[in-house]
Amino acid sequence: MATIGLCADSFALMRRVVICASAVLLLATVFVLPSLLDPFRLNLLGKYLCFALVALGLDLLWGYAGQLSLGQSVLFGLGAYLFGMYLKLESSGGKLPDFMSWSGLTELPLFWRPFASPIVALIAAVLIPALLGVALGYLLSRSRIVGVYFAIITQALAFIATTLFIGQQPFTGGTNGLTNFSTIFGQPLRDSTVQVWLFQVTTLVLAVCLGLTLWLSRSRFGRLLVALRDDEQRVRFCGYDPTLLRAIVFGLSAALAGLGGVLFVPQVGIVNPDSLGIILGIQMVIWVAVGGRGTLIGAVVGAIVVNSLQTAVSESLPDLWQYGIGALFVITVLLFPRGLAGSVSLRDRPRLEAA
Amino acid sequence: MACCINPVQYEGLEASKNIFYIAAPPNQQIIPAVTYLLQQGMKNVYLLGSDYVFPRTANKVIKAQLQAEGGTTVAEDYTPLGNTDYSAVVSKIKASKPDVVFNTLNGDSNVAFFKQLKAGGLSIDNLPVMSVSVAEVEVAGIGVDNFKGQLTAWNYFQSIKADANAKFVASYQSRYGANQVTDDPIEHAYSAVYLWAKSADKAKSIDVDKVRAAASGVSFDSPQGTVTLDGETQHIFQKTMIGKAGSDGQFQVVWDSGADPLKPDPYLKTYSWGATVAAG
Amino acid sequence: MSSLILLGIFNGLSVASILLLVAIGLAITFGLMNVINMAHGQFIMVGGYVAYVCSGLAGLVLGPAAAGDGFLVALPMAFLVAAGLGWLLERGLIRFLYKRQLDTLLATWGVGLILEQAAKNIFGAPNVNVDVPEWLTGSLAVSEDLSLSHARLFIMALAALALGGVGWYLFRTGTGRLVRAVMQNRAMADCLGVRTDRIDATTFALGTGLAGLAGAALCLLGPIGPFIGTDYIVQAFMVVVLGGVGQLAGSVGAAAAIGGLDSVFNLAFSVSIGQVIVFALVVAFLQWRPSGFVRTRSR
Repeated sequence: MATIGLCADSFALMRRVVICASAVLLLATVFVLPSLLDPFRLNLLGKYLCFALVALGLDLLWGYAGQLSLGQSVLFGLGAYLFGMYLKLESSGGKLPDFMSWSGLTELPLFWRPFASPIVALIAAVLIPALLGVALGYLLSRSRIVGVYFAIITQALAFIATTLFIGQQPFTGGTNGLTNFSTIFGQPLRDSTVQVWLFQVTTLVLAVCLGLTLWLSRSRFGRLLVALRDDEQRVRFCGYDPTLLRAIVFGLSAALAGLGGVLFVPQVGIVNPDSLGIILGIQMVIWVAVGGRGTLIGAVVGAIVVNSLQTAVSESLPDLWQYGIGALFVITVLLFPRGLAGSVSLRDRPRLEAA
Repeated sequence: MACCINPVQYEGLEASKNIFYIAAPPNQQIIPAVTYLLQQGMKNVYLLGSDYVFPRTANKVIKAQLQAEGGTTVAEDYTPLGNTDYSAVVSKIKASKPDVVFNTLNGDSNVAFFKQLKAGGLSIDNLPVMSVSVAEVEVAGIGVDNFKGQLTAWNYFQSIKADANAKFVASYQSRYGANQVTDDPIEHAYSAVYLWAKSADKAKSIDVDKVRAAASGVSFDSPQGTVTLDGETQHIFQKTMIGKAGSDGQFQVVWDSGADPLKPDPYLKTYSWGATVAAG
Repeated sequence: MSSLILLGIFNGLSVASILLLVAIGLAITFGLMNVINMAHGQFIMVGGYVAYVCSGLAGLVLGPAAAGDGFLVALPMAFLVAAGLGWLLERGLIRFLYKRQLDTLLATWGVGLILEQAAKNIFGAPNVNVDVPEWLTGSLAVSEDLSLSHARLFIMALAALALGGVGWYLFRTGTGRLVRAVMQNRAMADCLGVRTDRIDATTFALGTGLAGLAGAALCLLGPIGPFIGTDYIVQAFMVVVLGGVGQLAGSVGAAAAIGGLDSVFNLAFSVSIGQVIVFALVVAFLQWRPSGFVRTRSR
């Protein structure tokens, strides 16, 4: 697909323009958009931004490091559940959560107790997925599991996670998941000011993470990741440890996914085993692919565009929307393999080999 | 501000003021079914359900009831939603030799289960199954031969002999096709709309709070008989029936709960053993 | 008690044969051609619906009692229809993506969504029951406690037949030899005048045709609906990856292993936990031996 390459002089100008435009866009989104959109749409957009966070992490893992994970949903869902535990406890006002009593428990399980504190919940919801990501990245990398095998195993993990969470109804709410939240940090969750505030926080967090990951991608670490994707042997011979690198990048992407989960659950009001599942996992990959893998901005764009389209099409053509989405994937892969953002670039990019 | 109407049987243990429960909580479906089984001498019960809230909660109720009334829970087995391989379950049932299987499987798992049960050599002669999520509509999907002679518990069957029902079935089939069947959820949904309309008439308003206040005592001559709204729990008074599947996909009523409709009791307050189940 | 053990073994073999039937098509498209066909599950669904149509037609033409007899026609029909669709898919989409393995994953997932929606639009979203011949609904009473379901015996025979058929095709026919040649060294085969594009299409069609066959066979056990594809796709991939990609013999071993373990754990615990344990074991095994049961020799 054609790239729009520009020579060095106009490049610097373009760059400045883009940065200004981004700043304006950010400010507009945070301060102006909430008064323009109705609460339902704003809430939807907030959800898409949470997905964009996850997509960012996935792009780091896949677009840069070349590891396709079909199971980012597990890390996302885990973050959502962990923060949801705090929301559930707060909403139960000191009593046993409803699903626990109708599942036969008489007192709060030990591992639930620390989650009464929002600080613990916040930290755990990002840290635990991150640690899990590091462990997985390390284990899988050490066994030299790459490419499609890595993908299939992450998919199997999504399956395992979903089944486990469904089966442990007394601890996780089973198929219903965690829901019926009423407050967050003492403020009523359904209140529109609180929802707007959540939206603004999500936007800012996304902007910060995008900035951080962009900086990371241009740093030495980022270039190491690309080198790892392109030729692991050489990276090893240069003295770096691919296993360690993979573990770190998986951990980072997992932390981003968990963070997305944390912001997701108060805005959507529910987390259930589908949030950990295979289908969501594949959809996450689609967002990054359509947006343009290896560009980071593409991940954000892809997540927002694909989800918006899905909502728009399923609202107007409920019987046919799956055709549209399916066609979108096929067309993207065939005609826009570098995705939306990848097809337009501000400087000549080395051609991305399909990982 | 809106209110929600639930026309399908469920597990009870709730009475939200925002919901009208126009269908059966356990005391109007599951509990009479277990009583019937015990009366028929079927004391050893194998509990089989899909893995989600309704079967898990329903089984809690059943286990408590069995313990209180002299039955035994032989096993409590769950399969994932949508599961279609029942070879292991059929083997376990055969090995444990229960008197009856109480089935809370959902949806298509029922199709697979009954097919494989029959293929495994178990049928109504040596192993009756009592289901609470299988009605006329599902029997068509399962296959009439695979389900013949099995038991279900509902508040309505298409085969009920009543004028209101005859009219209802005739209108339904002329609208949707002569091959269509009516079942309990369909009938409850139909009745629910009329009950709401009558409550709104009585309140002279469609404002949710006014309708809710007026609803208590509103009656409707539904296809299943006269049903009345209970203002306290927002459920309805209705009868329970046990049906036996025939070879035409219809059910023959073999037992009913008597002339008086049952009062709804979602929190199982009228049962001495109910407190342990409803705790919390 | 011993009959319970025998029943357990029978169940294990039955589950293994189902897995093999479902996975053998994938072993060909993924294992031999290196194409990740995420729509494999939907091809299974297609086969199931073909059987549904066949039994419906038989019921219309020959009378309701004979609806089950449509099933025997359904088996080859399911294979042909699924193979035809697969051939179209290969020619229309897959052949542009041979160098891009992970892109085949994404594109075929999209195709799968389209097929699923088509099924929902044509047949409706709820699952449907397929009538099968009377002689396939009973069981063989080996002893008082042990009865072997005819349907499961039939599926075992079908799986063995499919395996034998594929083996014969690949190793005893001329076309099969060409297929193996193209898979081993495409450039060389091209040089020698082999029509590689035709071979690719035929091989892919074989893979999807087998998926269709599996779908028709599954009617014996349960309902058919738009979503049965997603039920089986993960397990099918597990079988192929565990067996060693590109090794049909490995897939057989993997299906047997997973089927056996599945049966044991489902009996010992519940079906949910059983599946989780089996998958966890497979993942752990792959940690230890990433290339699966049968190691591929690399040049």
